[in-house]
Amino acid sequence: MAELNLNRVGMPRQEPAVRAKNFSEVALGYSHEMALEEAKRCIQCPKRPCIEGCPVGIEIPDFIKALRADNLPEAVRILKRKNSLPGICGRVCPQETQCEHRCVLAKKGAPVAIGRLERYVADWERGQATATRPIPEKLPPSGSRVAIVGSGPAGLTCAADLSILGHEVTIFEALHVAGGVLMYGIPEFRLPKAVVQGEVNYIKSLGVDIKLDWVVGNTISIDELLDEGYKAIFLGSGAGLPMFLNIPGENFCGIYSANEFLTRVNLMHAGEKGFDTPLPMGKNVAVIGGGNVAMDAARCALRSGADNVSIVYRRTRAEAPARGEEMENAHEEGIDFRCLVNPLRFLADSRGWVAAMECIEMELGELDAKGRRRPIPKPGSEFVLEVDTAVVSLGTTPNPLVPASTPGLNTKHEGTVVIDNSTGRTTRPGVWAGGDVATGSATVISAMGAARIAASDMDSYLRQKVAANWQ
Amino acid sequence: MYKVVGKQKLSSSVYMLEIEAPAVAKKAAPGQFVMLMVDEKGERIPLTIADWNTENGTVSLVVSQVGSTTGKLANLKPGDTLAHFVGPLGKPAEIASFGNVVCVVMGYGMVTIVPIARALKEAGNRIYSIVAAPSQTDLLKLDYLQGVSDEMVVATSDGSYGEKGWVIEPLRRSICKNEIQRVFNIGSLCMMKLVCATTKEFKVKTMVSLNPIMVDGTGMCGACRCSVAGKTRFACVDGPEFDGHEVDWNLLMARRCTYPVSLEEAASAYRCQYCGQW
Repeated sequence: MAELNLNRVGMPRQEPAVRAKNFSEVALGYSHEMALEEAKRCIQCPKRPCIEGCPVGIEIPDFIKALRADNLPEAVRILKRKNSLPGICGRVCPQETQCEHRCVLAKKGAPVAIGRLERYVADWERGQATATRPIPEKLPPSGSRVAIVGSGPAGLTCAADLSILGHEVTIFEALHVAGGVLMYGIPEFRLPKAVVQGEVNYIKSLGVDIKLDWVVGNTISIDELLDEGYKAIFLGSGAGLPMFLNIPGENFCGIYSANEFLTRVNLMHAGEKGFDTPLPMGKNVAVIGGGNVAMDAARCALRSGADNVSIVYRRTRAEAPARGEEMENAHEEGIDFRCLVNPLRFLADSRGWVAAMECIEMELGELDAKGRRRPIPKPGSEFVLEVDTAVVSLGTTPNPLVPASTPGLNTKHEGTVVIDNSTGRTTRPGVWAGGDVATGSATVISAMGAARIAASDMDSYLRQKVAANWQ
Repeated sequence: MYKVVGKQKLSSSVYMLEIEAPAVAKKAAPGQFVMLMVDEKGERIPLTIADWNTENGTVSLVVSQVGSTTGKLANLKPGDTLAHFVGPLGKPAEIASFGNVVCVVMGYGMVTIVPIARALKEAGNRIYSIVAAPSQTDLLKLDYLQGVSDEMVVATSDGSYGEKGWVIEPLRRSICKNEIQRVFNIGSLCMMKLVCATTKEFKVKTMVSLNPIMVDGTGMCGACRCSVAGKTRFACVDGPEFDGHEVDWNLLMARRCTYPVSLEEAASAYRCQYCGQW
């Protein structure tokens, strides 16, 4: 066994001053040599705790072993056995709280950079000619048709699994591009759209049909899909409904939901030559919230030409739900963190455009139900922040279009669809769900994990391996 | 791709396009809208469904040439295609047997209200239509609305057709003369605001169809949010039809002007002479 190496190979990145002015990817990826060197750090321990940390159960030591042996096609095969979207997960998974957190090296030094290695392998595959890419063998046609609602991480994963298992899969996507939040939400500099479309094309190559411009609930209902002969339906429509602050002045011009702001930039390419969707950028932009989406919005604003961009968050960076790495990236690029600050109301100019935001300072009090210290306003600390664009990034809840149009599909408060976590079954026979639509806004990988559980149960159901009675 | 199968010129800058979209035609109901993209780099814009044909699988829209996207649309010919076309979106208009109903319209509203008026008539209502336009040449497909109206009054600002004037006088007359249970109103924001102020005096419930800026049209972005009865609502999923007496019109007008078109673009379009709104 090689000597224990406690330092990981660094990730090459664009310099902050340079990248703050472009939309190209921040992290440039390992070279072949770097990947091999980092792969050598894995000690191939017998307990393999990293696998337990992965929501889709990738056989991590095995793919690293194949990579170390420079057998990249084999590394791809191992990754894709459990993960149809490795190029995406290698970039946006919070590995530091999942696989890498469990790595035995983490006890003494830096864990193996599993995410970077996954990305390296996926990017290598994307660079190969289509004909030479390893494609998993599909089971013979089962004769069952399956409909999937939404082409985000959950829908794509469920589609890939069921297609490999021999079912005829159709995805219904409401927007004009497949990929869901991977396309409209996560910006190019963190997840290049070519990577997403590469993975979408892989799913299509498995035989999955993707129908764009279909809003399930409007264009066709779940009942109609069942009537048309789809034997099982997976609901992966995500959490697309933005939450607002519900404070005075929130509807003034220049105040966006993070969804709208990011959709304009990422999906509609606002500001790019040849594209029609507008997004005039202010001088002083405030993004309200402390999650990854808030970081994405702030960094997009900076790249779109804003002079000053602040994150306004009512707790401190220690409590913020965003990944540490993303907050550090934002900070390096010049985003101003105004922590322990909460907006009270917006003020507008004579045209109804936002001109300022009245805020109050906060301090942290007792722990709340989730174990985070509760922010409490400091009386008399009100102040006015000059802003001409504000982005509200407080999280999202599931879109009610499908639940509202589907009898028997139960939801909880905040609109999440009720499922059995061990099978993904909803309260409506023949309908499964997974990802943000069932949990509220969470991560790409947790949605994929839930989709795999549902796909497995859907397969058993379609092959009548499980009792027909719906629980 | 969605094929343009018919095109009709309704005035110097307004066209009616018939688009092949069987799935949308199959589910369309009065008052709903579609989102469309002319090409892959275009904007997503909402347009009200003006008519549909389930047999042919087509949906008709009225396009008033005001900006770059509507300009692109107006230049399409039969045989051309739209990159994307999705719907039907929004809640259908509330159709019931109210009794006597007034439909107050101007601009493209005189065409897009027809499915609502037709359904109202089929539900047993008596339909009084009031149409306003600057001039005779701005009247769009008048026989279409006439065909579903029991009585119709047309007012033009220059008196070139019907009576000289605007909608408020004939509306007041109609409310005073007939016992009106409900008003349906589609027009510029300014017109809807003034119509609602008038009907509020008479306590006649008035439904308006809002057409704010949208991006996705399915409840995802919140660009179309408006204030109704003091609450924030999304026109795309909670509307587009709302009780006009509860709408915050000034907010809606400000938001509508978030991305003003240039004056040159505006020159060829139909603009409300009272407030400059579309």
